[in-house]
Amino acid sequence: MRTLTRPGGKAYWVVLTLTLILFTAAFLLPLVWVLVGAFKPPAELARQPPTILPETWEPGAYADAWNYMDLGRFFLNTFVVAIGAWAVQMAVIVPAAYALSKLKPLFGNAILGLMLATLMLPATALLVPVYLTLTDLGLLNNPAGIWLPAAANALNVYLLKRFFDQIPEELLEAARIDGAGTWTTLVRVVLPISRPILAVVSIFAVVAAWKDFIWPLLVFPDPAKQTLSVALQRFAPDTPINLLLAGLVLASLPMVALFLAFQRHILAGLTAGGVKG
Amino acid sequence: MRRHVTAYGFLSAALVVFAVFSWYPIVRGVVLSFQQVNFVTSPDWVGWENFERLFADPLFAVAWRNTLYFTVLALVIGFGVPFLTAVVLNELRHAKGYFRLLVYLPVMLPPVVTALLWKWFYDPGPGLFNSVLRGLGLPTSQWLDSSSTSMISLVLVITWANMGSATLIYLAALQTIPGELYEAADLDGAGILKKVWHVTIPQTKFVILMLLLLQVVATMQIFTEPFVMTGGGPEESTVTVLLLLYRYAFYYNDFGTASALSLILFAVLGVFSFLYLKITRRADA
Repeated sequence: MRTLTRPGGKAYWVVLTLTLILFTAAFLLPLVWVLVGAFKPPAELARQPPTILPETWEPGAYADAWNYMDLGRFFLNTFVVAIGAWAVQMAVIVPAAYALSKLKPLFGNAILGLMLATLMLPATALLVPVYLTLTDLGLLNNPAGIWLPAAANALNVYLLKRFFDQIPEELLEAARIDGAGTWTTLVRVVLPISRPILAVVSIFAVVAAWKDFIWPLLVFPDPAKQTLSVALQRFAPDTPINLLLAGLVLASLPMVALFLAFQRHILAGLTAGGVKG
Repeated sequence: MRRHVTAYGFLSAALVVFAVFSWYPIVRGVVLSFQQVNFVTSPDWVGWENFERLFADPLFAVAWRNTLYFTVLALVIGFGVPFLTAVVLNELRHAKGYFRLLVYLPVMLPPVVTALLWKWFYDPGPGLFNSVLRGLGLPTSQWLDSSSTSMISLVLVITWANMGSATLIYLAALQTIPGELYEAADLDGAGILKKVWHVTIPQTKFVILMLLLLQVVATMQIFTEPFVMTGGGPEESTVTVLLLLYRYAFYYNDFGTASALSLILFAVLGVFSFLYLKITRRADA
């Protein structure tokens, strides 16, 4: 494929080398700096100029951070929030998208329009009224306070519907002739074909829940119920810096692992209808 | 008839969730803007009082000025960088996977983690950035600790954290440009800059516009980074509209005034969101 420049030539190798150096310095080195920094004792971290590799290794820093901040509890809380948010959202939006795409109910288009209209709202415009509604329903300090509002995801309804729209009618018709009901058709015919879009929507739902800060901050006033992000922010001012760094690394690991495992899905999903992470 | 009943059965959970957590709160937000809420007695109608209180608050103007300054800075830095990065990456035929992996890695980090890491990097004493600058014999900066550099420091963080998505979306768009267009430009003797201006940009202008609008909407709602990194300081230089809204709602428990501020923010952002939807709809059709 022809692009701006022709391949080969001296200029190409110079640009390639510079880009490699720049990218590694900008995106990888800061993370390595933190990873290694957590092994230095606080006094060494305060030194100027800094040591590159730790003079005194504290191999127990990560374990100490885990115990000091009781990270196990917050990992569990975050897992419950993220996996629940995914499960509830799927249970709500998959049948809805299927109904809007294939069952075409009366006023279906009006309902889709009302859902899509919520996309025009900046997420934070609803901060106060949704918070008060959660308070009224007694959902503070309850993971359902995150799960339910997150399930009202119009963009994902739209992405699923658009995918379902492309499934040929004859396929559903064949299932119906075989005696399959609406629900069986969804589970046995539609969902297996829709694996790519389901993977994309699922991964983004989990990642969004794991990364979220403002909603868990509001929904979990009880420190014991908080997610990692909220807890780390609370611990940051009075935690020894080496332990805080170790905690930050640990809190990122599940997302980095998820990225490495599902890189292809995530990068493909980015361009599916201008999804924003 | 049965088809409609079944369809509504499948839709019911979504209808409840949207009604309770999207549609009703929209109405409630507007109503609250004109009420005084105190959780003990039923809310009082107060007319435009909440808006008057906002306009009388000197922080209101400060927050808007900061937010607009932030948005402009984020556009100047955060908008050009991913596009240029994508243009360069599109030329490279080696280490493609490595580049994509690295540029997107920060997007996966929880924003609180990124904010706390960068706060440590920005430490004017032993922080990473000043250490590097000192090592190179360059002047150092106060970063977050000075009101003149606090905002640009926040912009650098969010650009680093978010540029991966924009870069990869641009990269995908660049790959759809037909090679013949560049060949034709070559025959006309166009240089690299001319080709970027006359081929690359016009061919990707839809994606550029879409990301521009999305970015404006996202940056004007900036909250986590200033909340975690500066708390709005120093000297209120990083109090954004959303930080002010949070203070009204959760420090002063004045939900009426907070709602009035949401309504104003909504009106401003509504224009951009509307344009975004118009453009994406047209592209889909």
